[in-house]
Amino acid sequence: MLEIIDLSVQVGKKMILRDINLVIRENVPAVLFGPNGSGKSTLLKAIMGFSGYQLKKGDIVFNGKKLNDLPIEKRVSLGLGIMFQNPPKITGVKLLQIARFLSQDEQKVQELAERLSLKNHLDRDINAGFSGGEMKRSELFQIIMQDPRMLLLDEPESGVDLENISIMGKALNDYLKQPGKSALMITHTGYILDYVKADNGCVMIEGELWCVGNPKEMFESIRKNGYGKCKECLHVQGRDS
Amino acid sequence: MSKGGIADHIEAQEKETLASSGLDSSEETRSASFLQKDSRVFFSRSFSSDVEILDIREALEKIPEAKENYGRAFKTLNREYPQDTEGGYFIRIKKGAVVQMPIQACLFLKSQGFKQKVHNIVIVEEGAKVYLITGCSASTAAREGFHLGISEFFIHKGAYLNFTMIHSWQEEVSVKPMSIALLDEDAVYVSNYICMRPVKEITMYPTAMLSGERSRASFNSLVLSHPDCLQDIGSRAILRAKNTQAEMTARAVSLGGNVISRGHIKAESPLVKGHLECRGLMLSEKGHIYAIPEMETDFRDVDLSHEAAIGKISKDEIEYLCARGFSENEAQSIIVRGFMDANILGLPEMLRKEISAIEEQTLKGSF
Repeated sequence: MLEIIDLSVQVGKKMILRDINLVIRENVPAVLFGPNGSGKSTLLKAIMGFSGYQLKKGDIVFNGKKLNDLPIEKRVSLGLGIMFQNPPKITGVKLLQIARFLSQDEQKVQELAERLSLKNHLDRDINAGFSGGEMKRSELFQIIMQDPRMLLLDEPESGVDLENISIMGKALNDYLKQPGKSALMITHTGYILDYVKADNGCVMIEGELWCVGNPKEMFESIRKNGYGKCKECLHVQGRDS
Repeated sequence: MSKGGIADHIEAQEKETLASSGLDSSEETRSASFLQKDSRVFFSRSFSSDVEILDIREALEKIPEAKENYGRAFKTLNREYPQDTEGGYFIRIKKGAVVQMPIQACLFLKSQGFKQKVHNIVIVEEGAKVYLITGCSASTAAREGFHLGISEFFIHKGAYLNFTMIHSWQEEVSVKPMSIALLDEDAVYVSNYICMRPVKEITMYPTAMLSGERSRASFNSLVLSHPDCLQDIGSRAILRAKNTQAEMTARAVSLGGNVISRGHIKAESPLVKGHLECRGLMLSEKGHIYAIPEMETDFRDVDLSHEAAIGKISKDEIEYLCARGFSENEAQSIIVRGFMDANILGLPEMLRKEISAIEEQTLKGSF
């Protein structure tokens, strides 16, 4: 479904990602772990084609189509979608306006808004004055309306209280259970893994991908030993892409 | 003068322009109408016994309050005003009347090169409430022309006036509105200004004098500036009594035109509040936006503040919308429409939708 092949990405004058190789298959969501500043968000943004993320080497291929030079909206039309970590607020642009663009099914819009406790946010300026949790729910709301095949999730649960993590996790899991969907998700807390079935996990450290394994086991190990242990492990095992 | 409906006095080629300045030619959503073309008043009628609306020249002959108040607002502020006006409207809302449907007044520049000069008076008596839409526009034949609009608003104790002025001019028309509002105790004045179409030059600095305690004024403007336009647009509030409040919100988008966005709040009494917000978007390499917020007082117990921001559209906002599937052009257009959101105008739902539709129609042709 999504293949990242020997990808190196530069931001400004700094090379952030080096020789990344990653394959995400249909209905096999993957989790990306890694310390702050390791380049995880950069990978997601480069996949989406945001400006400032220059591809220096390698390819991003989605369902056999090379994305490297495509504008963001073309990638979206092919089936990519991203849930933002820090979405911008846009004056005068209402959440409902975006939802109606993403789905013509008014009932679906209203039902999902209800499920994600966003009914009162539909007529508000998008992200303006939203709390951290409200922003995440609004992002999830939009992305489910958008209905992408490959979902890129940048810390979907950060800033969300436990009750809402449960609501969001279940909605996300229902979404990803549908045939033909998949996801690449970044998580620090691991809470989302209690709800979303992810089969593969990998760790990014200093712009490189290391180690692939069962995400729950990996998360437990990181929780106990920190990322330092991952590095030590690599010295023993060598690189595993 | 007022035979038939207002539609009977509108020529086919004038319809679109008049509609773009807020005219409902069916009058179904209006409580009263007024139409002046060049110097001639073609039509005035009221559907409400609480609303008087007529040619100012007629009012000066028949209504003592028209004469008493003519020029009074300017004299209060020791300001001169041109005497050579021809026409304009006199509107009076009776004490305690809450007028549900807005009143519409259209000042139309019909002839090429004409200099239209009007003097309007609006009296909102004690406890009354009204919405007034004034549409000032020029026919496609009047590519060149001049419009001077003098307006005096007298908002009595506990009264409410929402005055929305929509300009829809032509490239070579120069415009100079001069307005002063006097507010008594607990009076509320909302002044909205919308200008989306090209114009040569507009200079305006409407003023509200808040002499009555607890009175409130708010000025809101939405301006789209086309290449080679100069729009010098300000608003001024003089807070002369305790517990008065003023708010100003200005939004300007330059497509290559020049905008001077002024705002002045003068606290002449303690225990007053004022806030001024000015935001500008530059969409072109050409053009100029100059924001000049001013505040002054001699008192300690006042709360005056301002914020101003000018810049281009944020790349993050564009890319956010692109990530939802909008093209870059669509994203830009959505952001500009949002920036010019009619929600800031404090209008009731029906009128807000109407103004949004006018905006939408005009913006559609501008990008």
